[in-house]
Amino acid sequence: MAEFFNGIVGLEDATFGYVVAALVHCVLLLHVVAVGALIFIWLERKVSGRIQDRLGPTRVGGKFGWLQTLADGIKLIAKEDVTPDGADRMLFKLAPYISFAASFAAFLALPFSDGWVANNINSAVFFVLAVLGLEVFGVILAGYASGSKWSLFGAMREAAQVVSYEIPLGLCVVVPVFLAGTMNLVTIGNMQAGWLSNWFVLHDPFTFCIFWIFFTCATASVNRAPFDLAEAESELVAGFHTEYSGLRWSFFFMAEYGSMFLVSGLGAILFFGGWNGPVPIMHIIGWADSGGLTGYLANLAGCLNFMLKATAGVTVMIWIRWTLPRLRIDQVITTCLKYCVPLASACFIGALCWEVLDIWSPNHLHLGSKPAYQVNEEWATIPRFPEPTNPGIPESGDVYENGPPRMPAEPGTEPIDGDTAAAGRVSDNKLFTSFSQEDTP
Amino acid sequence: MINLLAVSWGDFYFIIFAGMACIFAVGVLLTSNIVRMAFYLIISLGATAGLFFLAGAEFVGAMQLMIYVGGTLVLLIFGVMLTAQSRFISMKTHPRDWLLAVIVGGSLLMVLLTAAFGVPKWHDEKQVEAAVKQLETADSKTATPLGLALTGVRVDKLDQMDPQLREGMSGYLLPFVIVSIHLLVVLIGAAYMARAKRMVRIIREEESEAPGTSEEEQAPGENQEQE
Repeated sequence: MAEFFNGIVGLEDATFGYVVAALVHCVLLLHVVAVGALIFIWLERKVSGRIQDRLGPTRVGGKFGWLQTLADGIKLIAKEDVTPDGADRMLFKLAPYISFAASFAAFLALPFSDGWVANNINSAVFFVLAVLGLEVFGVILAGYASGSKWSLFGAMREAAQVVSYEIPLGLCVVVPVFLAGTMNLVTIGNMQAGWLSNWFVLHDPFTFCIFWIFFTCATASVNRAPFDLAEAESELVAGFHTEYSGLRWSFFFMAEYGSMFLVSGLGAILFFGGWNGPVPIMHIIGWADSGGLTGYLANLAGCLNFMLKATAGVTVMIWIRWTLPRLRIDQVITTCLKYCVPLASACFIGALCWEVLDIWSPNHLHLGSKPAYQVNEEWATIPRFPEPTNPGIPESGDVYENGPPRMPAEPGTEPIDGDTAAAGRVSDNKLFTSFSQEDTP
Repeated sequence: MINLLAVSWGDFYFIIFAGMACIFAVGVLLTSNIVRMAFYLIISLGATAGLFFLAGAEFVGAMQLMIYVGGTLVLLIFGVMLTAQSRFISMKTHPRDWLLAVIVGGSLLMVLLTAAFGVPKWHDEKQVEAAVKQLETADSKTATPLGLALTGVRVDKLDQMDPQLREGMSGYLLPFVIVSIHLLVVLIGAAYMARAKRMVRIIREEESEAPGTSEEEQAPGENQEQE
């Protein structure tokens, strides 16, 4: 895309094209976050209303009150931007933007369909988790800089919460990563193409369990009830954003709803096949991977599918929020460290054994020919010259005396079996050969 | 205008990230508020992560974000919790400390500069240009070679034909295992240290109680304490 824009100006390899291309990506993603927040806040009101036997917003914008959030947004823009006297002015003003920027930046590596990603990062899972962790920093800075004891309480709770949920969250994410053999989210999504039995959540009982642990920790990571201790509106007024008003306050909310969508999307890709639906309609009618207009339409359908799954995740989070009471901070730490970490570790080992022992699973991407330890990136494993012996294992080497090293498979071994996996395989290769090609809708 | 636009995008982003890293590193020195220091440190480290991303080392960049931001977060919390005496903590640095810091930091900077300018490859412009070209065309698949090297395969040496040199591709499995066992020991040790106080208290309670207390009565009490 950058070359295209440079071609318009008539320059080669100039900054201009790259900046414009980056802007296109960013504006598209910004709309995902901002419009997503609009819709999810409306959804939250409707769902909470129904759960509490009310109607929720009904008047603004017609029958279902679907313009309510927009009206709220206009109200927030019109509000006065207040900074407390005792606040650290610079940090106070910056904190919402840090939260929002972190939540937004994590979207850069989140694919919406096969290849529809702003930046196809090789270690995307890790990148998303690392950048999402930055959001906490905005919350803590806001709590500290407000110069209010409620805010500081909220920030300290948030800090205690962070150190407890990050470990189980990381453990949960590792399981689909080692099943897929890559950290690239596009590849992980493509690997699960086909019927819903190919989803990683149905791979074995352990991955099924670990999805729920992932969802618990993800809920904790986006500060949603029952883990919303940082704002705790019944105890701490509004926690870390007590002193905020107007648009700055709404930035925190956009960050929160953006992160909700992000972790739900991450869960959808890691466990629920991402853009590959329960029924592979686009594969059956042959549009997927066909290129051209039909390929684009297939990708569009995949994008809708992905959005639907992520929205379902957000809806479940809303449902949980209006159903469960808030935990105490010691209960949060107990839940995350005493229950989630051992459970996640047990499931991790269980899934590992399932894969190594080659036990039956409905997900037939790995059955049979693919060794469990193989890395699903051929450029890294297949040697580029013929050799009689297995190229990976050195003949002598005291390092391996205690056991054979985990080696790539012999050349010629097909890493993935089955027709359904072929699509993922092909696009995998396509990705790596034309890596710099960034196609977004 | 066109000249400004024609700057190579690599240079452009390098200047942005490097400038941010340097400016905010100086900011850490010059501010006296400990939380602002942590904030500037985060931005400086984040800009360094940006440099890693620019060089195509995305895994290292993400690692930089995760480790340093997490570390600075803990620093910030302890900074607020342990040193808070007034509402906003400010630190005054003694001139003597400044002198000491300038000597230590300056000498380190000198060593690094000498090392950086001492690489003969980097003086030859042709070699530098070739290296830059290679960088821009290189793809950024950095995580997998790192992981494979840690578990025993050096991917970058798969092409090596010389059998003697091929032995070098056994990777870093042994150091990796040593480090992980070391970390495990540290974790268990930390857990043990955290539990130790509670055990001591139980023992003291036992001592303060009547000497005739039987073991059967104490065992459930201990269990409750642990839960």
